[in-house]
Amino acid sequence: MTDLEDLYREIILDHYRSPRNRGELESPPAVRVEGFNPLCGDEVVVSLLVEDGRVADIKFAGAGCSISQSSASLMSSAVKGKSLDEVHELIRTFKAMMSIHEASLGAEGAEGAEETGTGDLLVDVRRIGELAALQGVVKFPVRIKCATLSWNALAQGLAEVEAGS
Amino acid sequence: MTPGTTTPLDVETLRKDFPLLARTVHGRPLVYLDTASSSLQPRPVLSAMEQYYETCHANVHRGVYTTAEEATARYEGARVSVGRFVGARDPGREIVFVKNATEALNLVVRSWGAANLKPGDAVLLTEMEHHANLVPWLMLAERSGIELRYLHLDDDGRLDLGDLERSLDGVKVVSLSAMSNVLGTIPPLREIVEAAHAAGALVVADGAQAVPHFPFDVQELGVDFLAFSAHKMHGPTGIGALWARADLLDSMPPFLGGGGMIFDVRLDRFVPAEPPHRFEAGTPPIAEAVGFAAAVDYMESLGMARVRAHEAQLTEYAIGAIAERLGDGCRLFGPPAGPDRGGVLSLALRDVHPHDVAQVLDQYGVCVRPGHHCAKPLMRVLGVTATARASIGPYNDERDIDTLIEGLEEAGRLFS
Repeated sequence: MTDLEDLYREIILDHYRSPRNRGELESPPAVRVEGFNPLCGDEVVVSLLVEDGRVADIKFAGAGCSISQSSASLMSSAVKGKSLDEVHELIRTFKAMMSIHEASLGAEGAEGAEETGTGDLLVDVRRIGELAALQGVVKFPVRIKCATLSWNALAQGLAEVEAGS
Repeated sequence: MTPGTTTPLDVETLRKDFPLLARTVHGRPLVYLDTASSSLQPRPVLSAMEQYYETCHANVHRGVYTTAEEATARYEGARVSVGRFVGARDPGREIVFVKNATEALNLVVRSWGAANLKPGDAVLLTEMEHHANLVPWLMLAERSGIELRYLHLDDDGRLDLGDLERSLDGVKVVSLSAMSNVLGTIPPLREIVEAAHAAGALVVADGAQAVPHFPFDVQELGVDFLAFSAHKMHGPTGIGALWARADLLDSMPPFLGGGGMIFDVRLDRFVPAEPPHRFEAGTPPIAEAVGFAAAVDYMESLGMARVRAHEAQLTEYAIGAIAERLGDGCRLFGPPAGPDRGGVLSLALRDVHPHDVAQVLDQYGVCVRPGHHCAKPLMRVLGVTATARASIGPYNDERDIDTLIEGLEEAGRLFS
């Protein structure tokens, strides 16, 4: 697999072409958070509705590159219906995956092994399902901000929900 | 012999002057199409700076020893070379070395602008300005109550000058790009200067894109200030220049304070030095000035008219080839090829975000810039958040454009 194919995996292209959970929720009751990448102009708006300690609904809107948009779509699919604890765990795992240093990715590292990491931080990609498709992004350091844009908005939304409850 | 437009630029030969063009990326030769961001440096520029450090580096305007005098002579000599390159009447006095064109524009706003603009005075800018020619004025407007006005663009990306005279009413200064870094638009500067001067306004030209790409003569064009950067014209980063008419520089208060810019200092007051040193606080970028001078010597050896002729021809080729091979799948911004169009090709590929376009192009060794190009208000006018921008330098040829198009076709396939 070339670097480019590793970055633009079929799952990513699919979520980019046919985004899941696109749109906005009425706010309130939903919490609405805007994410913005001033370097490339990418924008994402995450609407998050939490009921009974679970993500009852989530939608995202905005414009951006295939990585930021597919990451937002994958994120929304991954957290919808999950408990807040599970969502926190997903955020932690995803951010760990995105912070893996380029140098730690051997020629086979990201492609063959199911576990990869920086030594003290191991990411079990089996537990994050389709999100693992975004692993290839860490080989392109300038694109990491695209992938984490919607996740940072989600984390901010969660913080607002938890501060308000 | 003065190089004219009679013999075309020998691109094949001049490419050998640029060591970075010998590099490969992802197994392919580097295709550098990001000169509008920063240009590549030819060997004479690199060796001039190395030779300076190896033979005579010392601080300038301080020591009395031989190498210090030599360093000062090289630095002041560079000022004269850079001034002559843009047609300064008194090059040793009218060129201020700054960090880059951005700092030159900030100097004009903070020194001349703050001292001369009163609440209610108007400044005329355009919609196509780089943030460097917008934000300093916005910062001044925040605290001084001046009014900022904008010339709009027509559908082709040219400045709409139909209302110029009315727009100039009450304007004290017009500040505009002499070539857009997004659209390649080259506005009719001479015409704008005449109208501005008739209305009693001065003209600041942001020459960051213009000075590197066509003959630029401040006296012929009649501008009052000109800002430009060395690294966009094959010189080093870290240095640029402000050219201003001597009488204007004489009237302006200092910008940054420190060593080198004073005549006398007491504990309760200071007397600033004469221009240009009044505006050069602290140890200046000396080796970079030497490199800057080598860059203008290099460009003079190419001949600016020949550089322009080559880049205009290549721009026309690129616009035609992109339209022919990508058709409706690719939208190109800016005026059609012609005398008022520079070698900047901002494009939007259907269904593919500029970031992704640039990523795919990188696999072909092609360097382009995705993003808003520090012109967010212009992006809003164009109705996009970003574009992918390919920009041309004297070392580019038709093969570079063909590789660009090959990569664009692949990006279109990948995301279709």
